[in-house]
Amino acid sequence: MTNQNLVNKIITFLLVFFVGFGTPLLAQQDSTRNETDFQKEQEAAQKEGFELGKLIIEHITDSYEYHIFSVGSHHLTVPLPVILYDQGHWITFWSSEFHHRNGIYKGYYVAEKGNNQGKIVRKDAEGNVVKPQLDISITRTVGTLILNSIVVVLIFVSLAKVYRRRKGVAPKGFQSLMEPLIVFIRDDVARASIGEKHYERFTPFLLTLFFFIFLNNLLGIIPFFPWSVGVTANIAVTGVMALIVFIITTVNGNKHYWTDIFNTPGVPWWLKFPIPLMPVVEVMGLFIKPIVLMIRLFANMIAGHTAIMGFVALIFIFAKFSVGLGYGVSVVSVLFSIFLDLLEVLVALIQAYVFTILSALYFGMAVETPKNH
Amino acid sequence: MPLINPGFGIFFWMTIIFLLVVFILGRYAWPPILKGLKEREESIQESLDAAKEAQEQMKKLKADNEKLLHEAKQERDAILLEARKIKEKIIEDARVKALKEADSIVESAREQISNEKRAALVEIKNLIAEYSIEIAEKVLQEELKEKGRQQEYVSRLLEEINLN
Repeated sequence: MTNQNLVNKIITFLLVFFVGFGTPLLAQQDSTRNETDFQKEQEAAQKEGFELGKLIIEHITDSYEYHIFSVGSHHLTVPLPVILYDQGHWITFWSSEFHHRNGIYKGYYVAEKGNNQGKIVRKDAEGNVVKPQLDISITRTVGTLILNSIVVVLIFVSLAKVYRRRKGVAPKGFQSLMEPLIVFIRDDVARASIGEKHYERFTPFLLTLFFFIFLNNLLGIIPFFPWSVGVTANIAVTGVMALIVFIITTVNGNKHYWTDIFNTPGVPWWLKFPIPLMPVVEVMGLFIKPIVLMIRLFANMIAGHTAIMGFVALIFIFAKFSVGLGYGVSVVSVLFSIFLDLLEVLVALIQAYVFTILSALYFGMAVETPKNH
Repeated sequence: MPLINPGFGIFFWMTIIFLLVVFILGRYAWPPILKGLKEREESIQESLDAAKEAQEQMKKLKADNEKLLHEAKQERDAILLEARKIKEKIIEDARVKALKEADSIVESAREQISNEKRAALVEIKNLIAEYSIEIAEKVLQEELKEKGRQQEYVSRLLEEINLN
């Protein structure tokens, strides 16, 4: 491989990888090159890119087992229980059964592509791919979720013991590490957003929300088993929290809150009749708020994981062209990954804070009483 | 897209797990922590208030003390002034009294002296009269030792009486 060739390959790759559709431009510039030769390269590059994408997706989406590492064709995995309800039966088995039986257990297998990619499916009598009626398997996201939740509960129940034991004494050790955060959530999030009258009712939930998200975000940065999956980078996880926030807001909404939505004060009559524009907007807002909560946290966490994965993957992509180049790029990649990891720590805190303060603001809106002017 | 199609399983478990975490922490973790925090904050606030109050009381006490001291000083000065006045008055009075006494003593002495003098003069007069009579007696006795002379003298006396 000549030097010129190598440089061309790198340029081709970079354009395909970062721009996506850089090939026409490159084809015009490089008219001296053989057309078929170039197409082969392009396909290879696209395949590379596709595999990278697949790799990243596999890392940040759910899976029925923990994949720790592979040596050649041997994979070290930790199996997890699969729990299905289908055709009137509960079917439970360890995900390791897939490996023992060429990927199919009692007709169930993990779909490689299509709408149900990555999920357990089976083929019905006509050969159509169908999902089981209910799939509540302990996937790796659920497993990590359980583990992290136990960690959260242990931390704060033991902290509560410390508070019980050390009454009226200055905080010490771990207590003084957590106390500023707790006081911050209580005073600057709950009290500031909800108001003196109602904030005590919501403070425990907001504290749980904040520390649950914060801890899951933080642990999600750890790239090793069992934290190799970011729990908060899953839209169902953020969705459940947003849904609970929505339910609490709706249940606690007082007369003033609903009046503001359905008969917004200060709106001229011609906006109410014939089309009640503001109520429509407000009702949409009612649902958009939790959806935005869900997407913001999910997108932030997944973006961080994806970026780090991308930088790490770059090393191997460049190493395919030349081993030396791989080593060279690894320095930059590692530095960038460290930078991104530190950024992730910051994002973990900020996103937990943002989720909590927005929830607090929604609660505040729900219980706000009109001020008498 | 598997990214935004997470499946029901996670949703199901997350709901259970999260509600459990909310419940357990809400029951066993946050109440004692928040209560402990509140109690500590209140006790700190109370201590601060008490310290402030004590400081104020101290200040007040100090001011009181100073006021008292000042008053005491003033009183002392007043007492001293009065004492000085009294002393001067006493001295003056004593002087006046002494003068008066001395005058009266001198007066009474003078009176006594004049009384004594008068008495002495009377006594001297009496003595002189006595002595005169005695002498006269003795002279008469001497002169009237002879009868003839006695007769003569009586006749003269009688003559003198007749003349009158």
